[in-house]
This record gives sequence, C-alpha cells and structure tokens, in this order.
Amino acid sequence: MGIRILTAQMHIEGIQQLDVYRRHGGYEAFRKVLNAMSPPAVLEEVKLSTLRGRGGAGFPTGMKWSFLAKNTGKPAYLICNADESEPGTFKDRYLMEKNPHLLLEGMMISAFALEAATAYIYIRGELFYVHQILERAIGEAYAAGLLGKNILGSGFSLDIHCHPGGGAYICGEETALIESLEGKRGNPRIKPPFPAVSGLWDCPTVVNNVETLAAVPWIIQNGGKAYAAIGVWKSTGTKLMSACGHIRKPGVYEVEMGLPVEEFIYSDEYCGGIRNGNQLKAVVAGGSSVPILPAALILKTAKGEARLITYESLSEGGFESGTMLGSGGFIVMDHTTCIVKNLWNFTRFYHHESCGQCSPCREGTGWMEKVLHRIETGHGKMEDIDLLSDVAKNIEGNTICPLGDAAAWPVRSTIRHFRQEFEDHVNQKRCPFSK
Amino acid sequence: MEDQRTSFEFDKESLALVEKIIARYPPGKQKSALLPLLHMAQAEAGGWLSRETMDYVASLLKLQPVEVYEVATFYTMFNLQPVGNCVIEVCRTGPCWLNGAEEIIAHLEHRLQIKAGETTPDGKFTLKTVECLAACGNAPVMQAGIKYYENLDVEKIDAFLDDCSSKDATTRQNPYK
Repeated sequence: MGIRILTAQMHIEGIQQLDVYRRHGGYEAFRKVLNAMSPPAVLEEVKLSTLRGRGGAGFPTGMKWSFLAKNTGKPAYLICNADESEPGTFKDRYLMEKNPHLLLEGMMISAFALEAATAYIYIRGELFYVHQILERAIGEAYAAGLLGKNILGSGFSLDIHCHPGGGAYICGEETALIESLEGKRGNPRIKPPFPAVSGLWDCPTVVNNVETLAAVPWIIQNGGKAYAAIGVWKSTGTKLMSACGHIRKPGVYEVEMGLPVEEFIYSDEYCGGIRNGNQLKAVVAGGSSVPILPAALILKTAKGEARLITYESLSEGGFESGTMLGSGGFIVMDHTTCIVKNLWNFTRFYHHESCGQCSPCREGTGWMEKVLHRIETGHGKMEDIDLLSDVAKNIEGNTICPLGDAAAWPVRSTIRHFRQEFEDHVNQKRCPFSK
Repeated sequence: MEDQRTSFEFDKESLALVEKIIARYPPGKQKSALLPLLHMAQAEAGGWLSRETMDYVASLLKLQPVEVYEVATFYTMFNLQPVGNCVIEVCRTGPCWLNGAEEIIAHLEHRLQIKAGETTPDGKFTLKTVECLAACGNAPVMQAGIKYYENLDVEKIDAFLDDCSSKDATTRQNPYK
C-alpha cells in the first residue's frame, strides 16, 4: 500500500468532528503556519511541492497563487471549486463528506498564503447534504476560534462560507463559477483578465479544486520537498482516482503518481479487474472530456511502454494515441459496451450543459448529438462519420471556455480509435450491441 | 395538485436566515445570495418557483425581476412549473448508463405510470432525468430531496416508492433548516 495523504484519516470514526480531527493531528499545520511562517514562506513550500491543480487542468498551484495581484487596494478572495460535475468524477464529494475539516484546514492555510480574509466554497447545489456537513464543520471551527477575527491571537482573520450552485456543469469552469457566485447565469468570461487580477467582484481571486486544497496541510507539515519526492518527475504527490464503470470494485482510490494503469485496473487493491470475467474494451481515464483509449493504448503507450498514472505518461502520444489525467474520473468499459451509444450519451450531456454563449458549442453539440443518435439507431450514412469529425473540429478551439473542447475531444477520439464500430452501425442499419 | 399557490413570503424564521445568508457577501453584493434564496424559496413555496415567488425574491434582494428570471431559467435545479411532492431525479449520464440507468428509468415509469418529465395525477411524484450527480462509483443513482439513493436496483426502487413519505424525500424541505 502506498503513501496516504488525502485519505489517511478516512477510516477514523468521527473524523468529521473537530475534536476527533484535532486528536489525530488536525489543525497542527495551520497552527504551524500562524506561529512560525509568513505568507511568502507558505507559497514557497507549495511551489517546492510542484502540486498541480486536481480539478482537471493540472496547472501548478504555486504558480497560480503567485499570479495573484498584490497591493491593488482591493481584498483578495480564495474560492474552493467544489462544483464537481465531470461525468466519472466523484472524489471531491468523498473528501468533503468524509473529512470536511481537512478541506477547511487546507483553505485556512491557503487563504493565509494569499492574504485573503474571505473564502467561499462553491459546492454544486445537488450536494446539499454535503453542504450541511461543511456548514457544521465551519460552525465548529468558528466556535474553536479557528475562523473569525484574529485567529488564535495571530492577527490573521478569515471567514469561510458555503455557497450552493443551481445545477450547471459549466460552473465548474472558474470564470463561470465566479459569475454564478455573483448571482448571475454561469456564462464564462473572456480571459484575460484572469481571476488572479480581476475575479470575484473584480477583485484578485484564486480558484482551487477541493483535492488541491486538501493536499496543502500535508505539504506544510512535511515540507514541499517531501511532497515532490513522491511520484514521478512533474507529477508529484498522490492523486485521487474515482473509478467506475464495468469494474469489480468501483470507488475512490488514492494512488501515488506513477502507479501503472494496468495495476490500477487489475489489482485487488484497486479496481479488482473487469466485472463478470469480461474483457476490457476502452477507458476514459480523466473524466468524460478526455480522449477515450482502447484497451491496448490505455495499458501501453504506442511506443510499448507501460502507461502510468501521471500527467505525462497518460498524455504520451498526444491525441493520436494518448489521453489526459484530467480529473482522475476513470470510466472503464467492457467488451459488451456500444462505444457509439456511449459517445451519444456523453454528447447529449455536453449539449445539455452548453451555456449557449458561443455558437460553435451551442449549435455544434446539438448537431453532434443528433447525428450520433441517427447512427446509433441505424439511420446513419457513411458520410455522417466524417460530418461528425468536421463539426467537432469546428468547435474545438473556437469557444470562450473549454467546454467546447471537452465536447469535441470524445467525438474525435472515439472516431479515431473505433471507426469500424460506427461503420458497423451504418452497414447493419442497427446497433450491433442492442438485444 | 394540493399546493398550487402562487404568492409566497418567507416566515420570520426564514427571513432571519435570509439576513444571515446576505451577510456572507460584502455590502452591496447581496445579489450573490440569489441562488441560496431561490433554493429556500423553491422548497418552501411548494417545490417550484412561480413568477410571483421570483418577484418576491427580487424584492428581498433589491433586484430587477428579470435578474431573477434569467438566473432561475439557467440552472436546472429550479422548477418553473408545479411539481409533485417528491421529485425523483434519476441520473442518465455515462457511468450510470453503463450500469443500467435505462432499466431504472423504465421501471420508475412503469411503477408510476408516467414518462420522465411528468407528474403523477395525484401530485405525489414527479419523475425527472438529470445529468451526472457525481456518484458514479455507486451507479445507478437517483436523488429525491437532498438525499442520494445509490446502487439502485428494482427492489430498492420498489422499497423507496412504498416508503417515500419520509421528510428526506420531499422537495419541500428548506435545505438550510
């Protein structure tokens, strides 16, 4: 069993309560920061750790923090992105539900580093029961003097508030999230300016994912170098993988960066292999947006090297033969799965969730959904396959936010790796997998 | 339907909560409290937002009514038509589909004798399909009220429908209370 940074305390009875969390070393890192560290010193540790954003983009967290505009005369804000909505991804929900104080402690330390006096947790509206768990934990932290004015006599003050979304995948995009937090429709903003300069209410703002913030207490307690020593090259530390689909043991697993994908899928410590003795057909490794890979290419790169769970190894081969680590939403499909129907399902999702602001995405996702439905139900023509590719190409790179890309990549990768299956649908005038 | 009132106001206890929520944002930024207030209003006004309810929320936050309409129509959690006492929201996205969401939806439609998107004539249930609920490891999944129901099968659905009078399952419970 590898090192546990985010899930080490999950088995402890009552860890959601402040006193239990404290008895197991909780809030020691925050105390250390208040007693003995300056904001730049905290930033330095996070930079040394090479921690990268765990929401999906993998941008270095320390660098993101260092972009925050200083001396603007405006308050700075920290926002925790808890709008987890990427199909296949359910790790943040697990973290917040099981260990809310770990997230709060990570936010306290991060807010200290950013010299922010107010922080918000933007949590998807459907997760109101988790919202309630977080509010209870926040209440405990105020009562213990860990939040509020002049925390533990340090002169540092911080308020943390929860804010529910209303059901919109797009609000996971950080500028849409900010719009939503301002009480508006979740339409992404044109960048620049980036939130670090002009974010919430035009103030300097950092938006970080739940899992990213939850790694910060460990980094402070053990040092950025210790964190960077775990993992492989620029993929340091651990990653939460949320595994689902046709595997024997779906769930959230904390893995050290560098774990071979094959071991992750087949070891009893993790996914436990494919269900019902079936064969592995395809994997979407980092949430529904990332390119799908057939079994051979998810286990080994095109060069024949073992594929590892790292940002670099999963993207080895580019989009021709690779994919992305993304959010760590690991969706496994066995040989009974109709890959065309799966794509139709994903595309319907993106059509439903497009905010409607950019026409390539608003119209293109709808067209792709219609064409895919036509092929899946046996009414497709051969030229529909290239039509799909064309529409996807015209969405990609032509929209304000990455939702357009997220809708295009599954289409392009599915056609690239499973073209024969589309042709079978057209030739047989039916779905070969339907009963 | 038993609860079709269109005009609505919060009681004293809820108004105190409204003040507390508005105070989470800087002075003059009370518009930020819109989503939280819409959730509260929807729950307390019978599970949906009438135009009058939205106008009332606008007045509480000193907003133009259109600022509320444009938000309420953007986010999928807000019902703009009356709904049943219990709104069942079944996830239909990828991982739930891989694990039999279609059978779950078909069984619910059969048991309730309605199609997804409809409400039973007695006003007890509305059946909706929704996109990913972030619970893919326990697929298939549905939500009723604030509660998640996971690893669903036909037996679990039957048990749920036979005992859905619980407070948890209603969409009319203010999630802040």
